Amino acid sequence: MERLPRWADVALVPLVSLLLAAVIAALVILAIGQDPWEAITVMVQGSIMDSYGWGYTLYYATSFIFTGLAVTVAFHASLFNIGGEGQAQLGGLGVALCCLFLPWPHWTLALIGATCAAALFGAAWAAIPAYLQARRGSHIVITTIMFNYIAAALLIFLLVDVLRPAGQMDPATANFPEATRLPTLNELPVFNLFFTSNVPANVTLLIALGMAVVVWLLLWRTRLGYAIRAFGKSEAAARYAGISPFTIIMVAMLISGGLAGMMAINNVMGEAERLLQNSASGAGFIGIAVALMGRNHPVGVVLAALLFGFLFQGGAELGLWTKIPIEMRTVVQGLVILFTGALDVMVRMLLTRIFNLFRAGRMAKGAA
Amino acid sequence: MASVGADARYAIELKGISKAFGPVQANKDIHIAVPKGTIHGIIGENGAGKSTLMSILYGFYRADSGEIFINGKPTAIPDSQSAIRAGIGMVFQHFKLVQNFTVLENVVLGAEEGALLAGSLSKARRVLTDLSREYELDVDPDAVIEDLSVGHQQRVEILKALYRQADILILDEPTGVLTPAEADHLFRILKGLRDQGKTVILITHKLREIMETTDNVSVMRRGTMVGTVKTSESSPEELAELMVGRKVLLEVEKAPATPGAVVLKVDDLRVRDEHGVERLKGVSFEIRAGEILGIAGVAGNGQSELLEALGGIAAATGRITLNGAELPLSGAGADGRSRRKAGIAHVPEDRQALGLIMDFAAWENVAFGYHDAPEYQKNALFMDNDALRADTERKMATFDVRPPIPTLAAKNFSGGNQQKIVVAREIERNPDLLLIGQPTRGVDIGAIEFIHKQIVALRDQGKAILLVSVELDEIRSLSDRVAVMFDGRIMGLRDPETTDERELGLLMAGIAEGSKGEAA
Repeated sequence: MERLPRWADVALVPLVSLLLAAVIAALVILAIGQDPWEAITVMVQGSIMDSYGWGYTLYYATSFIFTGLAVTVAFHASLFNIGGEGQAQLGGLGVALCCLFLPWPHWTLALIGATCAAALFGAAWAAIPAYLQARRGSHIVITTIMFNYIAAALLIFLLVDVLRPAGQMDPATANFPEATRLPTLNELPVFNLFFTSNVPANVTLLIALGMAVVVWLLLWRTRLGYAIRAFGKSEAAARYAGISPFTIIMVAMLISGGLAGMMAINNVMGEAERLLQNSASGAGFIGIAVALMGRNHPVGVVLAALLFGFLFQGGAELGLWTKIPIEMRTVVQGLVILFTGALDVMVRMLLTRIFNLFRAGRMAKGAA
Repeated sequence: MASVGADARYAIELKGISKAFGPVQANKDIHIAVPKGTIHGIIGENGAGKSTLMSILYGFYRADSGEIFINGKPTAIPDSQSAIRAGIGMVFQHFKLVQNFTVLENVVLGAEEGALLAGSLSKARRVLTDLSREYELDVDPDAVIEDLSVGHQQRVEILKALYRQADILILDEPTGVLTPAEADHLFRILKGLRDQGKTVILITHKLREIMETTDNVSVMRRGTMVGTVKTSESSPEELAELMVGRKVLLEVEKAPATPGAVVLKVDDLRVRDEHGVERLKGVSFEIRAGEILGIAGVAGNGQSELLEALGGIAAATGRITLNGAELPLSGAGADGRSRRKAGIAHVPEDRQALGLIMDFAAWENVAFGYHDAPEYQKNALFMDNDALRADTERKMATFDVRPPIPTLAAKNFSGGNQQKIVVAREIERNPDLLLIGQPTRGVDIGAIEFIHKQIVALRDQGKAILLVSVELDEIRSLSDRVAVMFDGRIMGLRDPETTDERELGLLMAGIAEGSKGEAA
């Protein structure tokens, strides 16, 4: 059987998968007695038809780009980092400490400082599972999942007992000082031509896109990326080539944790402007789906992050304007993950067969 | 299309067999007739379609077109049960035996009669005793498989087929795992079977076996049958030419070695595996500049561990010095990278698991192990992928890698061309010492010739070479000295000019004969 042409493999397969997911989602909406057409209209209207919707879609997408890239880097070293959620929450802690306890003169400096702190804290949280994997062989999937729970517990303790200002009722830090406030897209030149009203998407989007480029360069243009990818394909061969498994596991996980942690500058610094409980709100897990759908390539990750941003924002709109419960958003996400991730091979085989039929038909015509 | 009628003189007759896997035509209009009571060899390079053809005969694949005649009768073979019913028995390269069952239980397995095992077992015991006597197939029926040597396990496979009343026995590369003595014994068994009227089909890539054993030989090339000849009227040169489609030099041409200073000195080298079992039990030797030391031995006697310890992959104890400088055997500095820096290049035994990243493009594989070499760097941050691709193109031209496409993934090259990529990468580093394991395993004859030439050329440049191979012919024709390994030890060092196969075979089986012909 011949393989698919590259364009079909890269573009057509995910599109067909998405279409299938949409069809099933529509059936589910029908089944609960609602109108799927209305649902899709509301979702599109609320997320990409005006600058307000785009503002939210891009805000969510920014977080997903970071966590998607985090999963991607680890994945190329054949490490499945499921701890993005915890690493992002620790990143939030880094941002909060940095913003609250250091006197920043201007938001640009604060952004640099907070980015470093977020990456540092996220990386540190990934370092322990990484070390356990590299030295003791404790499986990274298990340890990173456990570290998500430990992170959540640690943050509750810190937010309730340590960082909460006296007299405040909810478990959160104080608001960050005004000097650390990041400009949203409507406050940035050029972007403000499109975004006229106040939106949550902020300057972090540019950092996320920048990191996508950095990750691409890292993986496909540097020695380290070469070693990471080689190790990910075959540990035995990497050993033969003199690539140290310990170094690669540690470095790949530190970068991965750092990227997940950097998500916090988007939601904690850019939006909430204080550290809340459960700050990552699932973006760490969505990063897995984003990386899966984006085929562990930065370009794919950015596109998949946009799609999930759309689903997130559109799903929220569903809850707001229709009788369809907001939980429907989880169903749709689940279907998208199912079809683009798990059933990807099914769609590819189907398309390959169709393509071969066409080819055979053309050849028969040529012969006749 | 061939004649319609079939001839009962033939045990097997295939007419116009074709089989395609997608665009790949594995078998194209194959015609072959195997007379009853003969040993028929089928040779061809890797990917010539031998295994596909036999799989069709044994019911694993169904031919797209063509007919199969068994003893003159048209026979459909949709599955292996039908093949067994038609009297065909197959001995696979990798045995299909239950390791903790006895010989008797393995023979009966799948051919039990009735609900109770006792009846089948006592019947099998009788049959087995007769068969053993008749064909020199002496195996203890009550021995447990895992206690048997590889040669004995193979005999159990043959007994299994005979117990199922096979008249036609197909053996797929049967000698790959045997010592020369075991191989000789196997061939005696096969000749005995033939003399009793059985038909044997022998699939191999070793020309010597074909010449010694078979009555007729069919040669396959790229899915087609290029010809069937009487073995007695042919020669190895003619068969090689038929296989490759051009003249091939079978003998390695090399001048006598002119050994220089000692390059590698190994003292009491020991390696334990992950279970703590000692696999290398104190090996000592030295290799001089301009010399090839061949390590002979049946696979699994410590050769792999020797290569891995020297190549920095496995931790070891003992002492090794390269050009007088001691190299660490464990901990820091005992890794592939440090070894390469020290001047040791390594063509690993298993190129697909170690030597290449199969999903990487050829140009990425050319940097494998040398990705921090200065000529592959653009600046402090980035690798120079353009330089790497250019270097790959050049290496592909020098080493005749086909197709010469640097962006093609390693897995899409044939075995021989994959090996050329690895050999090119390692040899072109101009190492002081080259470790090379199974240089021609799974490599076709044309490429074997080329790789052998490269090894000899490197020796003539005054480099030291450690050659590990299970192919005794390869060891004998390339090496300047031969060390035979058995059970993690070196049994003896011999001069390939003065030793013979019998002596090496005894050493490979762990039988030392004093210190006759010591060449060390």
